[in-house]
Parts: sequence; structure tokens; C-alpha cells
Amino acid sequence: MVNPLTQCIIKLHEEQHDLEDYQGGVPRWCNGCGDNAILAAVQKLCRDENLAPEKTVFVSGIGCSSRFPHYMKTYGFHGIHGRAFPIAEGVKFARPDLHVFVNTGDGDCCSIGAAHWIHAIRYNMNVTVILHDNHVYGLTKKQASPTSPAGFKSNTTPRGSLLLPLNPLTVTLGVQNVSFVAQAVDWIPELLYDIVSKAFHHRGFSFIRIMQRCPEFLPKMFEPWLHDPGKTLLLTHPDGLQPSADLGRIYKNQLEHDPLDMNRAREIASVEDPIPVGILYQNPDVPCYEDLRGAGKPRTADGIRKGLDAEFDKFTIWPDDESQQRAA
Amino acid sequence: MSDTAQLDRKKQAKGGKAPPAGAKPAVTLPEHIVEVISDSGEGAQRCGQALAGIAARSGNGIWTVEIIPAEIQPPARSVAGASGIRIRIGAKEVTNGGDETDLVVAFNEQVILGRVRAGELKPGATILLENAWRDSRDASIVKSFNEAVAALAKGGFRVIEIPLERECRSLMSDARRGKNMFVLGMLCSIYSLDLQLARDQVALTFGKKDRAIIDTNIKLLEAGFAWGEANLDFKYVIPAEKRKVAQVVTNGNVAIALGVVASGMDICAMYPITPATSASHYLSDCFEKVGGLVHQAEDEIAACAFAIGASYAGRCAVTITSGPGYSLKQEGLGLAVMAEIPLVVVNVQRGGPSTGLPTKVEQSDLLAAMYGGHGDAPKVVMAVSGIEDCFYSMITARKIAETFNMVVVVLSDASLSTAQAPFPRPAFSEDWLAPPLDQSPLPEGAKPYDWDAVTGIARRFVPGQPGGMHTVTGLAHDRWSKVAYDPATNEEGMRARSLKLAALQKSLKAPSVFGDPEGDLLVVGWGSSKGAIEEAVERVRAEGLKVSSMHLRFIQPLPPGIGEIMKRFRKVMTVENAWGDQLQDQLIDSDNRRYPGLTMILRSRYLVDIDCLSEARGQPIKPSNVAKAIRAKLQEGK
Repeated sequence: MVNPLTQCIIKLHEEQHDLEDYQGGVPRWCNGCGDNAILAAVQKLCRDENLAPEKTVFVSGIGCSSRFPHYMKTYGFHGIHGRAFPIAEGVKFARPDLHVFVNTGDGDCCSIGAAHWIHAIRYNMNVTVILHDNHVYGLTKKQASPTSPAGFKSNTTPRGSLLLPLNPLTVTLGVQNVSFVAQAVDWIPELLYDIVSKAFHHRGFSFIRIMQRCPEFLPKMFEPWLHDPGKTLLLTHPDGLQPSADLGRIYKNQLEHDPLDMNRAREIASVEDPIPVGILYQNPDVPCYEDLRGAGKPRTADGIRKGLDAEFDKFTIWPDDESQQRAA
Repeated sequence: MSDTAQLDRKKQAKGGKAPPAGAKPAVTLPEHIVEVISDSGEGAQRCGQALAGIAARSGNGIWTVEIIPAEIQPPARSVAGASGIRIRIGAKEVTNGGDETDLVVAFNEQVILGRVRAGELKPGATILLENAWRDSRDASIVKSFNEAVAALAKGGFRVIEIPLERECRSLMSDARRGKNMFVLGMLCSIYSLDLQLARDQVALTFGKKDRAIIDTNIKLLEAGFAWGEANLDFKYVIPAEKRKVAQVVTNGNVAIALGVVASGMDICAMYPITPATSASHYLSDCFEKVGGLVHQAEDEIAACAFAIGASYAGRCAVTITSGPGYSLKQEGLGLAVMAEIPLVVVNVQRGGPSTGLPTKVEQSDLLAAMYGGHGDAPKVVMAVSGIEDCFYSMITARKIAETFNMVVVVLSDASLSTAQAPFPRPAFSEDWLAPPLDQSPLPEGAKPYDWDAVTGIARRFVPGQPGGMHTVTGLAHDRWSKVAYDPATNEEGMRARSLKLAALQKSLKAPSVFGDPEGDLLVVGWGSSKGAIEEAVERVRAEGLKVSSMHLRFIQPLPPGIGEIMKRFRKVMTVENAWGDQLQDQLIDSDNRRYPGLTMILRSRYLVDIDCLSEARGQPIKPSNVAKAIRAKLQEGK
């Protein structure tokens, strides 16, 4: 006979997941690809939050980063180019009980899926969104993306791209109903994890733009920032990031920023050098679309029968004898 | 059914006022077609819908056809701006809008000219025309009114001027807004309909408004009725049968929305598009009461993706659209096919291509529904043929979608979207509903695409099911849902997805034949033309011709037995409300003639030389046109 305490401990052990429970095979990203760091941070989050793998869904579009769900051992939906947001919204709307994550790239989110991105911010559904922003199309082999730096020579811009890059942070902060915006970089794992964790705990559309290295097509993009910690601006706040003392000694360029301060958030968001890292904006009071709509309420056959009969009553012509009975 | 009854021509007085009525006997008619035509916003459609409701309540068969300009507020008093409704009232069940109109009430002379030019009036038809324009301060209006009245009289129509505005002004400050209920009263008098039924109908029509508004409209109704009794020299009665079972009277889009509720689907994701949107309007009003939700997405693509996401998560969803929206959804539909996610898609077809004829009927999306997306993407394609069918097809579609994990496209069209007709009130059955969300754990090693060797069907794993974790993908994949590009795995998946159509096909019954099982000509149709085709077949059979018809509900897969049915007829022709080349055109011959969708499908599958009556006029096909085409087809080669 096992005593209740032991039983409890066994049960706890069984229900406690470890990293392997979230690892769905060996990623096929390039060596040095920033996606690997993001995957590690997210798997650690799942473990630490002890998310039930069967209740967790990663939804993605198309691109290098959108392979992400295949490398998780949860449910996943590898969708079509640009449409990760509406697919994820459908999942969350149908099943608010599921933990829903979105993995999207700069082409997927900011180009082909831009319309959905704007509206996803507005819906403010409770999903965690990871924008893997490597500033280039990788899967289709080096074309300029909306976030590519001006002058970038790619296969579609052989003489250098002419347009200034789109800034996903300022765009997101410009949409009414925005509730969470953060920026992370793949090369500071501690902060990447903290930011992903903050995003996960925010109830609403938590948008994280992650500066992500592409060693294949834009290998030198972030070199200056990697070599000079002063070019990274850490946003700190009691309600935001609180970097460890060790990290603080390396990244001395810090700014205390209140995530509720939208105007300051917009100013910080428009700074490209130094790269701001941390929570730019968080408003916990923005209502979620699925809550406003009352999604996920249970339905019963009897409820449908009654509802349907009430609707039919509006259009029904009763036979004479029956209508007399009804009048009586 | 014989041609519609003609007015008694002997009583006609050309132009001018009708002689005052004495004791006028009501002429008994088997059926009649009446139209109410006005500028947009004058309530002609509400008037006609109410008239149809009253006639239906009296036990008559009815069918309504709305006449809708494409603009919200087209210029007033313009030929192109004609807005209104046709009501066909019959002693028996009515299944279509019929041929030409017998009686028209027109709120100005320009809108009636539009209908005359469109050839929609029967020769000698009676026109009840608002004559307030005669007293207009604008000389040009008076002039055009007089010219039109003269032209109509010259054209052989009986024009009776009616003082709508003058009569309404005493009852309502804004007479323009009250005319429609006055006309309703007048029409009730003309068709000998019960005034109390009419009062009830008006109360129902304005049910959401306050009592004063209902009372004013009932006064207008009564005034119109009294005016008709006192001033018109004709009166009809269309015998009605007592209803034995309860009937519901709705249009096709409302029936689709009710069908969505009845099917147990939980979510409708849509984007506004004519003529599909009214289904979602109705659903938005009633769905939440039973726990369902309508999501208006940011665009058609998002609506499709949202529905796919919801279905993937275990709540079967529907997306409702029309042609252009359907085109936009195509990539998403391919994803649902590849990932084997059940989905119901309704396409309320309109005229195309591009923006085409947004408010008018066409059946041109069949091939897009079957083959529209890239790659080999087997989908189920059904077509609704009437109002009742709109309701039940949604239940069937949901069941097929979830049984086979397939995309089911339901094709309706603009004419059914607004057409009203009664059908027996459905008795709710729990069998209609989806099974509860499956959250049961899966055994070790269970595969998310464990395709059955015979049927191709695999049990789908839904998020929340322990042990079923996998990532669905639009990429080619194996039984474990792992991305796989090798030839054998690719063909294994394609085979399974294709076999599901065959599995469904084996469960379908052969279509029934309307008329004798054999003869000289078989007419094959699909969609909203069913009523007109069968009426035409009845007419030519009455003339002694050996003609039958067959109407297809499933077009992909085609049900079994069609080839055998065709063999029993000397000739086969289709009727499609879609463009097909005409052999009279100089360049067109059998090598290059383009056929509409169904014709092409049937020709290729059954290797039968099938001809087609194809019209793309934006109007419902008239039974007389079908009858004419049948006679011509039988004359060929004689």
C-alpha cells in the first residue's frame, strides 16, 4: 500500500514534463540560425510552465521559421504563407482552453500576411506571437524582405534594395487595441527567455519581435551589435524586465521604461541603433476578442433544438386547426 | 402547368382611369404573376414579401424573385434603378418565378419602362401606375410621364393610374414611405386575400418596431384594401388548399443559415459579399442564442483560414461567400484538403467573372468549385435546388465534411438567396448535430493519417487528445504527418484523398428521374433551375413529347447510375445558367465550342454528345425558354 503522500509525489512526477516532452525531432535549420535559440527558449518555457503538450498548439505560416511547429512535440499547424494569424484565431476562438502560439517570419507577417497582422493586433486574442525577423527570405533563397536594410543586395535587389525597412514595432504600436509589444534578440538567451515568458503570461495578443540571425544570407547583419554590448538598450522596469546582475554588467546601456507608457514606447520603438530589448508596451486591460464574443461556451442539443424552434416559429404557417389550438 | 392566365381583355380600357367598380365577380385563376416595382428604398420588396406571406398563409403556393439594382441608392426615377419583387402565386405548389408578369404595380413610369424593355411583362399585362407625377411642378417629369403612359398604352398594356401618394398623404406625413403598405392592401383586395391575415402579416413585418408604427401601417393597408374594392374593376381569386402540415416560409439564404444552426456547426467565418451576406446577417442574429458564433473576418482569405483553424480545433466551421470571395479562398481550401480538415464552404453564386453581376444569378462557378485550386485537390461539390434543399444540404454537408475529413462546397445562387417559398417545417433531430468534441486519449503509436486502404479515410486527431500530438501541414506528408517528399509517400497521400470521393460516391443513391424512365430527351440540370426545368418538362409532356428530367444534387462525386439513365434516352441536353458558345456564331464549331461546367463534366465522363441550353442573362431561367429549347432539340434532325 502506497501512502497518499507518495502517491501524490508520483502523480506530480508523472504530470511534470521535462524538455524532451516538447522536443519533436532535430531541427533542420542551418548551423548558427537564430531559430534554434528561439526554439530552445520556447521549449524551456513549455517545460517551466508545465504546459500539457496536448493542450498546446503552435501555428505557423510558411518560411524557415514556420517549420517551428514540426520541432515541437505538441499539436502544431504548419499553414500557408501569411495566414498563420487567422488560422490561430480560428483555433483560439473554437477552443479558448488551448495555449496558442504563432510563429511567423518577416515575409510571412510583414509582407504577404500584413493585413492579417494588423487585424490580429486589433482582435487582441490571447495568443503568443513570435516574429522571427531575420530581415531576409531564406526558404526561397535570399530575396529582400520588408524588413531588409536599405541597400541590401539580394537576388531580387541585385543593385541593393532601395526602400527603407518597415519597422514591425512601430507598426504594431500604431494599431488601436495593441496590448503587448516586446523586442528580443536571439543572441541573449536569458533575456529571450524572460521576454517569451512575459509574453506568455500576458493575457492578449503578445507580440515579440525577435532579431534573428541568418548565417546563410545575411551573415553580417547583426555583427556590430554582437561585438558591442553598448549598442543594445535594455529596457528595465519592475513590471518589465529585471536582468540579472551578471547580464547587467555586460549590458550597461539600460533604460527604465514603464510598459504602460505608450508615447515613450513609440519613441523607443523607432530607435534602430541601439537595438532596444525588453517590454516596450503592455496594457493588461485590453479586452480579448474571444472573451468579448463569449467563445467556447458549451452547447447542448436541447439548446439548439429550442433555439431552432424559436427561429422556425418566426416563419411558420400553422395549419388552421393547429393555429387555433395555439391561439387557445 | 399551362401558361399563366391572361387578364380578361374585354374589360380593358386603354389608359385613363378605371371605371368605378360595382359588384365585381372575382375571376378564378390557377396562378398569377404580380410585380411591385419602385425606386430603391421605397419598400417594394417588403410589400411583395408581405403579399407572399399572406398568400402562403392562405394556402397558396408562392415563389418570390427579388429585382435588385446593384447600387444602394441608384438615381431616382431611372430605368436602371428598378427595384422590386415578383410574386408568383399559384393554386398549387410553385417552384420557380415563372415566365412573364401579368400585373405590375409601379411607383413611377421609368422603373416600369425598365421591366418592359427587359421583356418581363406579358403582352397586354395590367400596369397600376402611381400618377402623382402627372401633377409634378417639374415640367420634364410631367412630359416623361405622359410619354411613358402613351407608349405603354400603345404597346398594348392596360395602364391604370392610381393616386398612391394622394391617398397615403392623409394617413402619413411622409407619403413616400407609406405607399408600399397601401399597395399591399390594394393587392390583397385584387387577389381576394383575407384582410385579417394581412393585418397579422403587417404586424409581423414591423414586429420589431413600436406599436404606433404597426398601427399606421395597418391603416395604410386597410386604406389600400378599401381603395381597391371601390375603384378597381377587376378582382381575382386563386384557389388555395388548406395546409395540412406546418410550413415555414423563408428565402434561400435564411434557410442556409437555419441549416447551419441545425447542422450543429459552431462557427461561421465570413466577409461581406453580395449576394451571400444576408445568410450571415441572419446567422449573426440567431446563432449566438444557441452558442454559435459568426466571425466577420478582415477578408475572404482570413475568413477561410479562420474557419479552417476552428475546424482543426474540433469545431466544424462554415465559411459563406460568393464567386470573387470563393476565388480568394482557393489556396486555403487546398490546405484544408491536404491537411484533411473538415470544412463547409457555401458559394452563393453571382454573375462573373470579376465583379460581374453582383446581384444577379449565374451558375458559372461549378468548375472553380471542383477544380479551382492548384494541384489535385479532391473536394465534395453539392448544389442546392430549392429553399428546403438549402436547409437540409447544410446538415448533409457538415456530416460529409466530418465523416470524410473533406472540404464540402455547397453551391447556391443569387436567385435562391432571395427567393421565398414555403416548405414543411423541419422536425428537429439530434442526428443532425455533430458528435461531441473527442478528447479521448490515443493509444501509443497511433498515426494521425492512418489512411484506410479501401476508403482512404483516416481518424483525425484533435488538439486536446493526449497522445495525438502532431503537426498538420500543407506539405506532402506521411501517415505520421511528417513532411515527406518521396514519390511513394506522395502518391500514397494523393490516393487516399482521392479515394474518399469514391467512398462517398458508393454511398450515394442514383438520382431520380422526373417523368418516364425512358424517352426521346433527358434534360439534366443542377441548382436553382430545378423548378423551371420540371415545369417545362410537364408542359411539353402535356403536349405529348417524351421528355424527362434529372436534377443533380451531388456533382463531385457524381452519384452512380447516371450513365444508365442517359442510355434510356435518345438525346440528352443540359440546362445551365452560364455562358456556352452558340453554334450560330460564325467561328464556333464542334471543335471549339465552349460548354458550361456541368455539360463539360457529363460529356467527358459519359462520352455522350450532350447539348446545352445555356443562358447568362443574369435572370432565372424561365420555364418557357426551357420548353422552347426542348421542342427545338426534338425537332433537330427531323
